Amino acid sequence: MSANVQPITPLTLTAYTLVTANGRGVGPVLQALRGRRSGLKPCDFEDVTLKTYIGRVEGLEDFSLGNELERFDCRNNRLAWLGLQQDGFMVAVAEAKQRYGAHRVAVVMGTSTSGILETEHAYQARSQAGSLPDWYTSRYRYTHNMFSLGHFVQACLGLRGPAMVVSTACSSSAKVFATADRLLRAGLCDAAIVGGVDSLCLTTLYGFSALQLLSTGPCRPCDEDRDGLSLGEAAGFALLESSELVGRRGAVALLGYGESTDGYHMSHPHPEGAGAIRAIRDALARAGLRPEDIEYVNLHGTATRANDSVEDKAVYSIFGARPACSSTKGWTGHTLGAAGITEAVISALCLTEGLIPGTLNCARVDPSLKSRILRENQIGSLSCVASNIFGFGGNNCSLILGKL
Amino acid sequence: MKVSIQGIGLLATGLAGWETGRAVLAGHGSFQPGEMPDPEAALLPPNERRRSSDCVRWAVQVAQEAIAQSGLGPREVPTVFASSGGEMGVLDTLCRTLATPEREISPTLFHQSVHNTPSGYWGIATTCQQSSTALSCYDDSFAAGLLEAVTFVHVEQRPLLLVAYDLAVPAPLNEARPISAGFAVALLFAPPSDAALATMQLHLRETDQEPASHLQDLALEQVRLGNPAARSLPLLKAIATGGSQKVIVSLLESQQLVLEIDRCRN
Repeated sequence: MSANVQPITPLTLTAYTLVTANGRGVGPVLQALRGRRSGLKPCDFEDVTLKTYIGRVEGLEDFSLGNELERFDCRNNRLAWLGLQQDGFMVAVAEAKQRYGAHRVAVVMGTSTSGILETEHAYQARSQAGSLPDWYTSRYRYTHNMFSLGHFVQACLGLRGPAMVVSTACSSSAKVFATADRLLRAGLCDAAIVGGVDSLCLTTLYGFSALQLLSTGPCRPCDEDRDGLSLGEAAGFALLESSELVGRRGAVALLGYGESTDGYHMSHPHPEGAGAIRAIRDALARAGLRPEDIEYVNLHGTATRANDSVEDKAVYSIFGARPACSSTKGWTGHTLGAAGITEAVISALCLTEGLIPGTLNCARVDPSLKSRILRENQIGSLSCVASNIFGFGGNNCSLILGKL
Repeated sequence: MKVSIQGIGLLATGLAGWETGRAVLAGHGSFQPGEMPDPEAALLPPNERRRSSDCVRWAVQVAQEAIAQSGLGPREVPTVFASSGGEMGVLDTLCRTLATPEREISPTLFHQSVHNTPSGYWGIATTCQQSSTALSCYDDSFAAGLLEAVTFVHVEQRPLLLVAYDLAVPAPLNEARPISAGFAVALLFAPPSDAALATMQLHLRETDQEPASHLQDLALEQVRLGNPAARSLPLLKAIATGGSQKVIVSLLESQQLVLEIDRCRN
């Protein structure tokens, strides 16, 4: 299975940032993790009447992108812009740009729905003849098109290297780490901006409702009475550079990744978690680690009946009941295409702070789950974390982060 | 980065299949666009084919053509799917429904709306569990897919199947993205080997004075300009023509992929 996967040189996360319903920047996210405060609230998005909870980022309705960024203005890019402003990220990128040149810094972004909310609004504003409003058609390229986020981030940061948007549903912004590693290893760039942004929209709210996968309350990952997921929105970014160039002791780095598919069903996971197992094994092989080296598994843990149960099978089959496992979806909600970067940045915070967050909203762990599911926060030194992300189309990605 | 090309799949009006396409692009036959193809995508199980989108059938059709030429088993081959807008037909239906007071969207259509829908169906059809990436780079989605694919083969030293497609966009969404005819292409890349259709060297450079390659035939050039996946046509023509050829493909305004192609066998 992992026969032809070779260990990689770790990639340092020189800078990273995150905006979720818990707040802007890693500070508020960390405070929420420590204080066990969820960002989920009863759904108050636009005129949506679904009985569900959402992780909405405050303030996205209160500003718009102006000047040369005006054409990009939409909820998804506003959220991206907010993310780029936090944690000194722009300064770190400017330094990398100075160091390597604008054409030597790649941009690899992940999103599942991009700026689709603009198209939803445009369809509501169709003329009697059925045509779409001009404000929309002239800006489709910069708002809803799947590449819009990549274009926007490249424009904001003044970069001219390779750029693309990976869109594999929920695994999107985990897979960007893999693509960035390949570009770096092939010598096509010297640094890469990876990340992802997904924002609330009608398509995902009513879509997951139609699939009967939305919880009516805040999601309860791994709980025996869990009844579905809560949707959230997030923007996260990381600056990746080879640890051979910028590796200082103690820095957080991507040690390995594994990508796979289920080859089974569009929206149900493989019953035995075969694809998930393959992704985790490949991630371990690229990190040059054994299962017993992993101290904490940040689960995909969406809180749907099927996901948590199948993920448990996959995780237990590799790690047994030894490492602490938890889901952080109770804080952020499921941020879909941004889930990969959200949980990669949370994993980085866990490593630097020596914190393992216990699964929020999990009152009683489902007794059928065999992994060691943590309910309360745990403090102690931590050197190696695995983070799982699985998505529609049976698309899986597992990341391993650790301290150099 | 040097790779070999082990199989090609092609689907567009007047270019239905690589055999036909190769003859047209090599100048052995004239380009005669006619009816839009309605691919069978025979690899899809009948149930899945019945509910699959046009994107899925077009992508699977070219993917299975390229795989068959290569002689490789589809379960062993990772994939990259590149498309500017993905499931634009499905998105049109969803957005129409979301503009009604009831907003009762079909759960099947919802999970078919993701950008990696063809990747998911390819996995279901072949039971392949290898890595699969779906990406976009607007008009340069083929170039971005090519870069991701060749980089993967170079770094991992394994074969990989690239599928690039964009389908005609339905009204009224075509006011925002006027693509009027579908185009799909698949290229099976592997580490360098003489037993291949061609070898290809890829070099990434900053855009310079030399413009991107285009096609002399005006009708074919219209196809190239009209669909992001058809930006592959100069590469396909170079393979069809044979000998040593250089092709330049734009990647955003700032960069270009320089491709040096040598044909190995017919």
